[in-house]
This record gives sequence, C-alpha cells and structure tokens, in this order.
Amino acid sequence: MTPATEAELAEVIRAGTGPMLVRGGGTRSIDHRQGAVIRTTGLSGIELYEPGALTLVARAGTPLAEVEATLAAEGQRLPFEVPDMRGLLGTAGESTIGGVVAANASGPRRVQAGACRDSLIGVRFVNGEGTVIKNGGRVMKNVTGYDLVKLLAGSWGQLGVLTEVSFKVLPTPETTATLVLHGLSDAQAVAAMSAALGSPYEVSGAAHLPGQGTVLRIEGFANSVAYRAGRLRQHLAAFGSVDHMDGPQVWADVRDLRPFHGAEGDVWKLSVKPSDAPALLVRAGAEAHLMDWGGGLIWLRMAPGSDLRARLGAFDGHATRVRGSDPSVPVFHPEPPALAGLMDGIRRKFDPRGLFSGLAA
Amino acid sequence: MEMPKPNAMILSAKARITARLKAVLPADSVIEDEAETRAYECDALTAYRCPPLAVVLPRSTDEVSAVLRICHEEGVPVVPRGSGTSLAGGALPTADAVIIGVSRMNGVLQTDYDNRFIHVQSGRTNLSVTGAVESDGFFYAPDPSSQLACAIAGNIAMNSGGAHCLKYGVTTNNLLGVRMVLMDGTIVQVGGPFMDSAGLDLLGVICGSEGQLGVVTEAWLRILPKPEGARPVLMGFDSNEVAGACVSDIIKAGVLPVAIEFMDRPCIEATEAFAKAGYPMCEALLIVEVEGSPAEIDEQLGLIKQIARRHNPVELREAEDEDQAKRIWLGRKSAFGAMGQINDYMCLDGTIPVSSLPHVLKRIGEMSTEFGLDVANVFHAGDGNMHPLILFDANKPGDLETCEAFGAEILKLCVEVGGCLTGEHGVGIEKRDLMTVQFAPEDMEAQLRVKDVFDPKWLLNPAKVFPLTVTASRRAA
Repeated sequence: MTPATEAELAEVIRAGTGPMLVRGGGTRSIDHRQGAVIRTTGLSGIELYEPGALTLVARAGTPLAEVEATLAAEGQRLPFEVPDMRGLLGTAGESTIGGVVAANASGPRRVQAGACRDSLIGVRFVNGEGTVIKNGGRVMKNVTGYDLVKLLAGSWGQLGVLTEVSFKVLPTPETTATLVLHGLSDAQAVAAMSAALGSPYEVSGAAHLPGQGTVLRIEGFANSVAYRAGRLRQHLAAFGSVDHMDGPQVWADVRDLRPFHGAEGDVWKLSVKPSDAPALLVRAGAEAHLMDWGGGLIWLRMAPGSDLRARLGAFDGHATRVRGSDPSVPVFHPEPPALAGLMDGIRRKFDPRGLFSGLAA
Repeated sequence: MEMPKPNAMILSAKARITARLKAVLPADSVIEDEAETRAYECDALTAYRCPPLAVVLPRSTDEVSAVLRICHEEGVPVVPRGSGTSLAGGALPTADAVIIGVSRMNGVLQTDYDNRFIHVQSGRTNLSVTGAVESDGFFYAPDPSSQLACAIAGNIAMNSGGAHCLKYGVTTNNLLGVRMVLMDGTIVQVGGPFMDSAGLDLLGVICGSEGQLGVVTEAWLRILPKPEGARPVLMGFDSNEVAGACVSDIIKAGVLPVAIEFMDRPCIEATEAFAKAGYPMCEALLIVEVEGSPAEIDEQLGLIKQIARRHNPVELREAEDEDQAKRIWLGRKSAFGAMGQINDYMCLDGTIPVSSLPHVLKRIGEMSTEFGLDVANVFHAGDGNMHPLILFDANKPGDLETCEAFGAEILKLCVEVGGCLTGEHGVGIEKRDLMTVQFAPEDMEAQLRVKDVFDPKWLLNPAKVFPLTVTASRRAA
C-alpha cells in the first residue's frame, strides 16, 4: 500500500487488522518483522525551506537525495551526516527522510553536531489508531508541551507512521581538513581521539580504522581550519606524527561502513563510553572492527550467528545487530526491566492494537 | 489563574501524612509549620501563591523514593522543585500538595574529561556545574539567565535554553542521562554516560516534561572544551525590519555566531537609563558574539561587519578588549533589571520563525496601543525566541488582567505565524490555557497518554502544562 495523502494513510491504518510494516525506501531496515507493508513514498515533497532561518520541512517520503540537493543549492546541509546503509545491508532503492528519522540515522559528525534527533524540531505522524498527531513545529526553540519529536526519532516505526518532519539545518563549511595518526592501538586511538575532542579546536569527526589510521576532522572557514589543524597537530604530538590526509573520502567510508562492504558475517553496532571501548573490543573478539564518535560507537563484524551481548556480559551502553539472520539473537538490545515497562506502555498507548509493535493493549 | 480545589480528605490527614514522612526522613527534612512552608508558596511567577501541605528536602535518591512511595499510597499530589526560579509557575503548589525540593542534593558525583561528561545531583545550580569543570578548561553549555540560582533539575524539567543555544543547543541536546524516581517510588536510570540508549528515547520526552513524569535526582551532562576566546560586536539600525534582514543575512552567509541578541528602542532606552552601557539611541540593536582564537574571531567578525555595513547601520562597534566586551553585554544583561526599576513587567517567551520578525514586532506595537500598555522587546534573534516585556502597574486594579490578556494575544500571534507559545520557560500554569491555540485535542491526548504511562494516578505536578478542563477526568480518577 502506498497512500497518496495523510488522510488516506490514516484510513489504511484504521482499516488495518494485522501486523503492519512501515517502509520508506527500505534501505536501512534491520528488523525481521513481517506484515502488510505501508510505503510512505507517496507522501513526498519539501513543504518549506527558509535558508535564512535554517529551517526545512519535508513530507516523510521525500527522498533523502532531494533534501540534500535542495540544501546544497543554498550552501546548507543536514548537520548529522546521514549514513547510506545500502552497501552494508545489500539493500537497493532510495532512502527517504522519514526513514532517516525513524532510524535516528547519524554519522561521524554526531560528536559535534548531535544526532538526527537533535536537529529534528517537528513531526506529524499517524498513530496506530489512525489519528493524525503533530508535535514540535518549525522553530528551533520550543518547549511547549511534551517533546514527542524526540520520542518518534529512532522509534523504528513502532509508534505510528511519520508523515512530515522538520529540521534545523546548518551552513556547509567552506573547508574541511583531515588529520591522520598511524599505527595506534585501539587504546591509544581512543586516548588520542579523547584528547582531540577535549581540545577547543572543534573537531567534527574522530574515527579509528584499524590498519588505515586514526582520523580527525576540522571544518570551517579556510584560515580558521588551517589554524586549528596546526594547533591540533601540536596538541597530539605525544601520539606520534600527525599528517594531513587528502580529501574527505575517508569520512564517507566511516559513515557508510565501507570497510565492511563485500565481507560476509554479522554486523553489530555498540554504543558505549569511549574509555570502555578497548576492553570491550578484547571481549568481543570480532573479525573486524572500526570506531567512530571518538570511540563511543563501535562497529563489529562477527561470525554469523554470534551473540555479541553474551560475549560482552554487562556493560554501560547497548548493542544492536545491524546485519545478521539468526532469529534466536534479538536485533535490538533488551531494555532494562524497569524501562521496558514504560516503553511498552508507550507503545500500547500509541498503538493499542499492536499493528506496529506487535504488542496489543 | 484557577487551580484545582484541594482535596479535603488530604488536608484533614495532614498530621498522619507528615508523621509518615518524618518516619522515613531526618527531622530537619520535613517542613510542615505554616510560617516555614510559606517560603515555598510560589516560584518566580510571584503573582500566584499557595502554601503547600508540607515540604520535604531529601538528601538522597532513596529518600526521594521513600517520600514518593508514601505520597503514592496516600494519593497526595507532589510538586517537584529545583530552585524555584520558574517564570511559568512550574513549582507552584496547591494546599494539598507535598513539595519535594532537591536543593540539598547538589553534589558532583563524577567528572570525566576523557569521556566529556559530568555526573551531578540534580539540585546543583547550573552555573556551579560549569564552576566544577572550568578550571580544567571545560563548561556546561546551556546558560539560562537565571543560571546563578536555577537548578539542573529545573533545567531538565523545562528543557532550559539560554543566550548561546544557536551554537550549542538547549538542555535536551546536552543531557546524556538521568536517575529518576517514578511516582510509585521506583528508581530508574534513563541513558547514561554514552551517546544513546536502547529502545525508545525516553530521555527526550522526560526532558521538558515539567516534573510530570518523575523526580529527577541525578543527571549525566555533556561538558565541552571552552573556546579559546569570544568577542561581541554591537550594531544599531534605524528599523526593526533592517535589523531582522541583517540577522537573516548573517545566518545565510555561513557564519554561526554563538549568540545574536536583539533589543528594540523601548528596551534600549530603559536599559540605557538604568545601566548606562553607552548604547546608541536607535530603533533596533543587535549584539552578535563569535568564538575562537583571536585570528578566527577577526575573520568571522570581519565577515559579519561586512554584512552589517550593507544594511547601513547607524552604529557598528567591536569590542577591542575585555572591558569593552563587558560594556556591550552590560545593557543586555541588565535589561530585565532595568524594566523592574521602572515598572512591574511580565516577560513572555514565544518563539517565531526568524522571517516573521518584522511583522510580529509591528503587530506587537499596534497591540500595545490597543491595550494601553508599553512593551519592550529583547530576544534571542538567531533562533527566533522572543522575550517581549509588557509593563504594567500591579497596584492598579485591572492592570495585571489587561497585561495577561495582552500577553495571550502576543502568544497567539506567535503560533499564528508558525511559532510556539514558549521557547525556554515552559508552560507551567502561565500558558496552560493557551495550549489549545497550538494543539488540537488529539495532539494533547497523545501527550497525556505519555503521562498516563509514567504516572497513572496523575499525582505528579498534576495541575500544570495542560488546561484543567482537559485533564479533569484523569486527575479525578
């Protein structure tokens, strides 16, 4: 089903009797639920863009590429650097902006500019009863009522179907510089990235690709970038030689997990406290890994059917299986019991028949 | 401002309830004497007052849990209170409510520079969070103007902002996790010292829920390395429209100042008379601040001044040293105090799309004539968060009511142009009845259902945020 209007979508949901799956372009789906597919691609188009107010409003099914091209024409961008998951997941098709929000998809710049949820300032969605609900709006400071905008970001279609999303956007900087350190261990790399992120030189990316190097990014006006890159090199001198790296390609590699493309195996994503990362990597025993967000995000490639959570035991943070098919290992990290009750309560209130969450009221 | 009628059963059970509270807390943590509870009868919205049934000042999360368990069993409403600086009446009690004040829970539990967070108890003041880390070159970014007094607990409840959120975001963008006690006494941790947590983003909805979902007792906050320096430039224009266009052009040019503050003529005149900051007498004044090394600041300010010159400023003044920078900020920082010297005032907090600025200022001017009350405008122009100050005389019968009616019209205008009722102060009781202007019944219902999940008996700060008629059936249940 591909509803052409919000009203039609609401009608489809009201008439729904069994499990439903919300799909934008289907490029970043990671769960294995079954159900009647509702496509949002009929709800497409940018509704408002005011470069002078740094605000963009688009229907949920609008292709991400269209949003990015529209912003680029005015020298602006989505701040959170959306990953393209097609190469990793082997999916095809066009990512939609609503899918980006549902997955809270955020790339390397998260360490500086925040996640998708931090740039999201408004939503419209249809809940499991077929009721259209709006929250937030098109202004970046808004504390009127509860912030359901954040709740919808990263909800993976469990609370309803997004129909419209609003963002705070940012100017695209004039220049980007990338610095690289070679030969660091995981522990040294985390220490170097922490030192960089704890400096006043506004690092907008900090990643470690084993075998390739530890990379740091600085963006802004040309003179300022040159100055900060120089200072950062001095600041990190204790970690070995710090070189300039040509081109911004490495950031697309990190963002889209290119080192894992074409390789077999399950892929896991760990959100942790950066200083815990080295020890967790030892416990994980992965076939390959890379770190983003200064060590706060770890990507791991594991033998098919591995249960990373069982290997790690208790830790601060959570693990998501992004690629893999063993049905006995849950995709999403089990929620702590006290919170699971609250989350399931919310899922039932938004979707009493359990069309999207599988939980009936 | 109507508040629910206190429950007579609870009032008559005061002795039993306070005895139960005293059984689980040290004697000095329970205040029931009427002379002492009076200190908690209002917050910074002083027009409305009511002493609570009792006040408790716990020292630990476990004590908060014990108090909530008792109140839950007794069916007693609970009003959480940080430092009581809410301008919206967020901490206003009813006569049958117990106030839980977190002011004694103000410690730093951990600072971690490698992972860039600080773990604090929620009664700690905003400014003292930065105070705990600034000697090591870090700061906590949200900076509400009450930051000397306001508590992190209240910042989280209201999702507080400040002058620098154009670059650093508001509380929700700087909050990593909380420890919180639910109304039934259950202690939960949501998020923590890492960048996101499993499942739904509960932290996102807890932040800004005005103390209606739980009592936050601890928080993990993101701390940032302090920039090398900052410098403001002051510019004056002969119309609000031109100043508004200049703001828009600065943003479009790709410069991201940390702050863009706007003052109109009535505000400039009042602050000049009070603070003598040496501001030019003009229709609109902007203070734009940028950060970085001296060379970076020069580069950014050079670009900003170039843009400003295209708009024929009547004044363009860059701070050449620390003292001049202070003078530029002096007037802006004393704007509220200046207004308080000449009149009583009500401070509004609506947000509008930046492009609507000239239209909204013109309409406010017209309404000022209609209502017969003066208005001074001061606001965060970069993000459209306005703070119109309506001047009135509290001793003149009817003036407060006229002022409130005028304020309501301004906020309706904010919503009409695509903005919202409150950008950083919160709804509290002040804007409760205007919620229907911004939200359809089903929009509010979705929010109420979130509270149903966290607080099924509707005992936590129950008379706030939503119109009383909308919540009546839930509160009575």
